[in-house]
Amino acid sequence: MQIRILIPVLAILALALVPMLAPSLQVLMTLALAKGIAVMGVTLLLRAGQVSFGHALFFGIAAYAAAFAAASNLDDLFLLLFVGAAGAAVSGLLVGLFVVRYRGIFFGMLNLAFSMIFWSVLEKFYHLTGGADGLRLARPEVLGLALDRAPFELLLYYLALALTLGLGWFATRWLGSPVGQLFQTVKTNETRLEYLGISAQATLLKGYILSAVLCGLGGVLVATAQGIVTPAYAYWIRSGEMVFIAVLGGVGSIPGAVAGAIAYEVVRIYAAAFAADVWQLVLGAFLLAIILFAPSGLMGIYGALMDRISPRRAAAREEKTSAQAAVQTKEART
Amino acid sequence: MNLSLILLAVFDGVSYAALVFMVAVGLTLIFGVLRILNVAHGSLYAIGAYLTASIGGAVVAAGYSPILAFPLMLIAAALVGVLLGAPIERLLLRRIYAKSEVLQLLVTFAVFMILEDVQRLVWGNQPYFESSALQLLGNIQVFGVYYTSYQLVLLPVVALLTLIGLRLFLRRTLTGKLITAVTEDREAARSIGIDADRVYLMTFVLGAALAGLGGALASPTTSVLPGIGAEMIVLSFAVVATAGLGRIEGAAVAALLIGLGRSAATYAMPELQVLVPYLIMLAVLLVRPEGLFGTPAARKI
Amino acid sequence: MTTPLLEARGLEIRFGGVVAADHVDLTIAEGRNLAIIGPNGAGKTTFLNICTGWIKPTKGQVFFRGEEVTHLPPRKIVRRGVARAFQIPQLFTEHTALENLMIAVSAREGRQSPLLSMGAQPERREMLELLDLVGCADVADRPVVELSEGQRKLIDIAVALALKPRLLLMDEPTSGVASSEKFEIMEILVAALSQAAVTAVFVEHDMGIVKNYADEVAVWNSGEVQLRGTPEEILAHPDVIRDVIGEEAA
Repeated sequence: MQIRILIPVLAILALALVPMLAPSLQVLMTLALAKGIAVMGVTLLLRAGQVSFGHALFFGIAAYAAAFAAASNLDDLFLLLFVGAAGAAVSGLLVGLFVVRYRGIFFGMLNLAFSMIFWSVLEKFYHLTGGADGLRLARPEVLGLALDRAPFELLLYYLALALTLGLGWFATRWLGSPVGQLFQTVKTNETRLEYLGISAQATLLKGYILSAVLCGLGGVLVATAQGIVTPAYAYWIRSGEMVFIAVLGGVGSIPGAVAGAIAYEVVRIYAAAFAADVWQLVLGAFLLAIILFAPSGLMGIYGALMDRISPRRAAAREEKTSAQAAVQTKEART
Repeated sequence: MNLSLILLAVFDGVSYAALVFMVAVGLTLIFGVLRILNVAHGSLYAIGAYLTASIGGAVVAAGYSPILAFPLMLIAAALVGVLLGAPIERLLLRRIYAKSEVLQLLVTFAVFMILEDVQRLVWGNQPYFESSALQLLGNIQVFGVYYTSYQLVLLPVVALLTLIGLRLFLRRTLTGKLITAVTEDREAARSIGIDADRVYLMTFVLGAALAGLGGALASPTTSVLPGIGAEMIVLSFAVVATAGLGRIEGAAVAALLIGLGRSAATYAMPELQVLVPYLIMLAVLLVRPEGLFGTPAARKI
Repeated sequence: MTTPLLEARGLEIRFGGVVAADHVDLTIAEGRNLAIIGPNGAGKTTFLNICTGWIKPTKGQVFFRGEEVTHLPPRKIVRRGVARAFQIPQLFTEHTALENLMIAVSAREGRQSPLLSMGAQPERREMLELLDLVGCADVADRPVVELSEGQRKLIDIAVALALKPRLLLMDEPTSGVASSEKFEIMEILVAALSQAAVTAVFVEHDMGIVKNYADEVAVWNSGEVQLRGTPEEILAHPDVIRDVIGEEAA
């Protein structure tokens, strides 16, 4: 079997065996996969050349929507996921209608502004949202079954894994589809896009809603795993974390989003012991180092490693990278 | 609502606008010249505030005259400009001028993350409050309403002097003209031998010092605590976006608009107070995507 | 009288104090390829910009197949059957030549595509034929940033053709192409256009091309259409020789 097929298969297999082989990591990995799904949303936008510093907004909206639903009689895991995704989609449409008129700086900062607005609403309207203490999200039923904690957590883990694989596959397919291809051209030439008879804003909006839904699903999973939602879900630090993971994994790479999230969570759990006070500092320094010295992130390093082990497609890959480098210099502002 | 309440709201708005303007003007000046939006700008504001409040507190506690708080503010601003601004431009931004806008945003965002933790490391999580500068100047009475001279007179005067000073500096002095030349046409400026690197460095240091000064001036009026940097970057972005990126005079008008809007909300609908600046920005951008004073960029094809 | 394919009535536009178009009337008849010639800065590209809605005229109207399109955005005019190739090629720089065409074909076919449309990729053969038409089939799988300016201009034309337009506007289609290849490419292109019933308008500086491939010529000078006629008439006109050809030769 080719090593390029073997390694992803082994990675998925290892993930599937986590509850058996490393049960102590199961909760951590649930959170990592959930964040990976959310990061896919940020990654998607990077493919259109846009960065959002406020995507925790949709993470938070979906989590709160799920918490409200759980407090009513819609108390089922799959219903919570649906409610969260719907909340993220609707808010993604509303915010998206506004932000897709902008690119670059304005896109990034307006998203940040929206998330800060939502965050202050969560903090101020405490009679509704519980303020800074947040809302409890009691363990929901699963298709009518009330599960104990252990089986529920196991199920949640496999659900997160299944969603990661399913949504990752979907996002990759979508990017390769005609709509997804058009979406990515927003990055390189909107003039041509307009002259193909396509509205760049409408195209960007489709991707934006999808990205919001991905963030939302990640938010519901994290909320159910932690049993509580707080304004921190929507705070800029969370958005920054998502952007960080997306860049760490490899700008624009869907598998990179998941790999980045796993690497991030694992490092965080061990580093938190001695770096809890300076965590943002460590992240910021790392982010700078990646951007300046390894701009293609983990997936770039992985790709280079694979080329060394099995040089079959090395030539083709090199051609592509040099082309991308050429694009980057070309795009340098004049 | 009676007259004195309205007056109070106006005074609140004006003094708040003056503070926000000090930060926003640095942000917009840097953008105008470097074409980079410095996300870490809010942190520079916060550090200016922390420096003034902590050192000022120590100075007063040691028994020195509180009047020293005023020179201290200038020193804090200079420190922020030189010790933080200069290295950020020299060591980081200089490497990324040719990169895409998204990458530039990511870099300044990373600096923002770092500086937020640096504040926590140096000053901890407890709030600092040092208002002797404000108390020193006492109150004044305007139409029967008492207000602090510091907020009603000093802050607006400093903001106005900054605006006029910047205008004169950019139009009348050689350095200012160099900056303007680089802003208008980078390539042409380079080709006639202007040292663009130096202009970038000076602009960034100046912009950073203005953010620091904004923080220093704000410190006697509010508690300095973690998170004010994040709020300020979003708020000052709201101001510069409302005005149009790179518009210095526009930033003054937008700051006033947002300051007055916010204080009106404080008295009329307190729960909306934090939202009003953003609602104003969104309303303006809906009608004029390039901001009140911005000009739409026409792309040549 | 049949409706003209495109008709401009009383177009007027100013940039600051400069008049780029001053009460211009111009009609383009179906099947008659029109060359627009004139000195640089005369407003030829501006005319293409107005016809496609990129900029709005101060006064005047544009009709495409009898319907007014003056105030439509470019994308809506494009969907009615006007395609455009640019003076500076407008391509998706991170994609290969073939992918650029694929995106154009899916834009043409999937206009109302919903968010989740995973529709099948368009057929490679159609896109290769288009590339072949402009002599670029051999670079189909190369990223466009690696190609020469001339190749990118030709691919830009192929992208416009992929939309199957009724009217194709081209801005100096063969500038940047080696002069030895210009005529060969125009030969194939014009044949393909007539086969696909596409009418072409091209801004051109090369009088050899104008003479051989235009059915009609309009002389654009100082914001006006000064002359209109067959290539033989126009190229022999003394004013044209003095104002336009003289400048080209210099």
